[in-house]
Amino acid sequence: MTTTKKQLHRIDLIFKNEQDCKEILRNALARSNQEVINEMVNSGLKGRGGAGFPTGLKWKLTAEQKVDEKFVICNADEGEPGTFKDREILTRVPHKVLSGMAVCAKIIGARKGYIYLRGEYKFLVPNLKKELRRFHDILDELGLDFRVEIFMGSGAYICGEESALFESMEGKRGEPRNKPPFPTEIGYMDKPTVINNVETLAHSYTILKYGAKKFRELGVKDSRGSKVFSVSGDTPIPGIYELELGMSVQDFVDDFGDGDTKAVQVGGASGFLVPRKRFGKTSIGYQGKLTGISLPTGGSMMIFNSSRSMYNVLNNYLDFFEEESCGQCTPCRVGCQQLLKGIKAVKRGEKPASYLDQLLKLTDTMKLTAKCGLGQSVANSFSSIVENFREEMIY
Amino acid sequence: MSNMVNLTINGIAVSVEEGQTILEAAEKLHIKIPTLCYHKDLCVAGNCRVCVVEQVGNNKLVASCAMPVSEGMEINTNTLKVRNCRKHIIELLLTEHNEECTKCYRNGHCELQELAAEYQITNQDFIDLVPDKNYTVDRISPAIEKDDSKCIRCQRCVRTCAEIQSVGAIAVAHKGSEMKISTVFDRALDEVVCTNCGQCIVHCPTGALTEKSYVEKVWDAIADPESHVVVQTAPAVRIGLGEELGFEPGTRVTGKMVSALRRLGFDSVLDTDFTADLTIMEEGTELLTRLKRALVEDDPDVALPMATSCSPGWVKYIEHKYPEYLPNLSTCKSPQQMFGALAKTYYAKNVKVDPQNIISVSIMPCTAKKYEANRPEMKDSGYKDVDFVLTTRELAVMIRQAGIEFEKLNDESFDSIMGTGSGAAVIFGATGGVMEAALRTAYEIVTGREVPFENLEILPVRGLEGVKEASIKIEGTVDDWKFLEGVELKCAITNGLENAHQLMDNIKNGESFYHFIEIMACPGGCLGGGGQPYPVDDEVRMKRMQAIYNEDSDLPIRKSHENPEIVQIYKEFLEEPLSHKSHKLLHTTYVKREQY
Repeated sequence: MTTTKKQLHRIDLIFKNEQDCKEILRNALARSNQEVINEMVNSGLKGRGGAGFPTGLKWKLTAEQKVDEKFVICNADEGEPGTFKDREILTRVPHKVLSGMAVCAKIIGARKGYIYLRGEYKFLVPNLKKELRRFHDILDELGLDFRVEIFMGSGAYICGEESALFESMEGKRGEPRNKPPFPTEIGYMDKPTVINNVETLAHSYTILKYGAKKFRELGVKDSRGSKVFSVSGDTPIPGIYELELGMSVQDFVDDFGDGDTKAVQVGGASGFLVPRKRFGKTSIGYQGKLTGISLPTGGSMMIFNSSRSMYNVLNNYLDFFEEESCGQCTPCRVGCQQLLKGIKAVKRGEKPASYLDQLLKLTDTMKLTAKCGLGQSVANSFSSIVENFREEMIY
Repeated sequence: MSNMVNLTINGIAVSVEEGQTILEAAEKLHIKIPTLCYHKDLCVAGNCRVCVVEQVGNNKLVASCAMPVSEGMEINTNTLKVRNCRKHIIELLLTEHNEECTKCYRNGHCELQELAAEYQITNQDFIDLVPDKNYTVDRISPAIEKDDSKCIRCQRCVRTCAEIQSVGAIAVAHKGSEMKISTVFDRALDEVVCTNCGQCIVHCPTGALTEKSYVEKVWDAIADPESHVVVQTAPAVRIGLGEELGFEPGTRVTGKMVSALRRLGFDSVLDTDFTADLTIMEEGTELLTRLKRALVEDDPDVALPMATSCSPGWVKYIEHKYPEYLPNLSTCKSPQQMFGALAKTYYAKNVKVDPQNIISVSIMPCTAKKYEANRPEMKDSGYKDVDFVLTTRELAVMIRQAGIEFEKLNDESFDSIMGTGSGAAVIFGATGGVMEAALRTAYEIVTGREVPFENLEILPVRGLEGVKEASIKIEGTVDDWKFLEGVELKCAITNGLENAHQLMDNIKNGESFYHFIEIMACPGGCLGGGGQPYPVDDEVRMKRMQAIYNEDSDLPIRKSHENPEIVQIYKEFLEEPLSHKSHKLLHTTYVKREQY
């Protein structure tokens, strides 16, 4: 298959070498809380961890809580398979993330912030600590009573789920909590907490510097701004790219594919697989009133060419989930085992092909009843792979 | 009054207090929503997901046990979607579960089995996961067995052990498909901080946690013509047994129980109440002696407060968690063990049976008693003092196996000797009972007058509250006890080890001072013990408690020291409280144990 190589517009905001964080902070701190919240709300920025909750609203809801102690937490437990952009952001522009945290802290009334860092990212700590010292000096100079600490995760995928992350920070087993209450009300140490993804915080810096209007100019309705993508798989140019939201998968494949792209996994193992026939009809962004299907992503874009067995891909995801489910809720713990064993049984001929339909029904139940996003999202990759590559599952 | 919230469930309007859950609102409308991980005694987990319901406007189902009501909420508990999901969840649980129901100890008493029957899970399409699981069964403890193949990971046991008991012997280990309920380093329950209280058993919905059964051994003993099998029954059994056999909670079945035990073939049917009265004599005297040493002799080494030692769960807890307070523990054995030591000495001599041939069986509301009977020091009679301990539930099993129509039985009386108990002994079965019994006797010894409470009911020490405090001013003392004149005796009573933990910390920090504390390991005291019928919650415990106090007020003798058999045993055998013989047979020692 040959396509005319068309390049998507590369955005250079997040990684732009800007050393003016003191100025940005000084200006932001001088503005009223309401003004900054409005700026954030107007920007249309949504959570870049993948769930897409409006950031401005999250800050606003937490600011409204009449409680003395609050927290800002940067979720750097980047564990979604195929995602590696937060690592890069924390390596290259940590001051932007910290600035976002500081402004958020001022608005909501927090004096303490944490970076929950993925266990495997321990090598980032020395640099981050250096950065923190510098940043704390700036805060002292600006007179903001706010300190950020690094909290090391221990390698469990589930701890990226915000309430499991709180549990982990509190010294407990990393298991998701019941919601409601939400973190804006009851978060870390049962206090109102803003928890934002690394990239979300970095974007807030951009918004504070260039204004909501400029940010909104990027992207499409319901999916404003740019997004950092982790591109991997069968591509000649793997890596990290900042692109505008709203692009179609076709445009993405034209730019990044190797000419033989069979499918793209959008959003990592917990995301959706888009088969070639849907490239044109699927765009990347948050659920909204766009024409066609719009898929959110924490940034992972895995490209598969025709040499890949989709059965192996699914098997790999399910292996991952079977192990990384926290194990507390029935649909996720047992469901993942059944899905994994189920596709193997079909492949070996121990179960009829129609068993796949039963497994699809099971994923419906998981989506409807699992306690947290992990268990609910296993259905995404399972159903999108099984429905589109059924033959590969059987033969 | 807090705000009321209006919602509809299955189209029916209901108004409940803000903060309540959908499950609670549904209960108000008599709509049953199935649950597994939910238990009224425990914090909400929301992990089994079997209680999911549909909320109009929410594209996910919600866990009714965890979801608070909100104004205008529309809930449907019985839609196709809900039923299909619930069925799936039950099926999933069954694939991880060892489904040999007919070989299960909890067959017929299993919440998962009930639910599977309700949803008619007649065929299993999903893959059986059990063969790949390497499940283990821990049968090392003399009290509790843990079978991982029956576990549904609801964590009711974990929450019980942590929240109610502050023990934390069991916790969740590993994640994903490997997730399981385990102990520190996966050791046997017998080798960790477990107090054998059995609260995990009464809170377990399946057969994953059960008592170690000695039913077959007792049948063997009864069948052996050489053996003289004596049985003792604890106070709380008589108010729990009926419940296990189909009566309402709180039904008193003392006479029927005696009758049934006789029909089962026990050679002598005796009463732990007798040694409960004896405990009061020994422990009461011990307390007065300690007070004398402290107040008259200014002995700095005397350990106060003195703590009760009847509850073997509590004894093991203090050995693990507060070993520095072991001198505070009364040296009195529990009534069960006093009974055992006397059965093979005093009783044997009296009925002229070789103690070697006596098999001593006790029926207890408790699983820790099984452990206690197996403590190496419990052999003061020269033999194992108590051979086998059965729970209230196990006795019910024997009664059913024997084909006894329990509800039709006539009331019969205990044998003698060691078959008479006072009302003060009966109330040992409720939290505060030992304290009340001790006060009834000690106050009278010291002042020559009855305790100044109407009908001898010392109400401040009764009830289910966490920590109860009482003080009684001693006035008008008789000559021997003049040194106690004007002393305000300070007491505290608590039930459940989490409360015990709080009380001990208060004492340790110097925030509270008491002379005497009563601690029972289980919520509500023995009536809520780990060997009692399930299911249980505070409502059931209150009914059992009422039964205990009714039993007390209906008895002709209400004070331990007035029990004629007690008078007799001191005259014929023990001489006086804390005598040399008492010390040898009725008192014990404790050991320091590890923290984890």
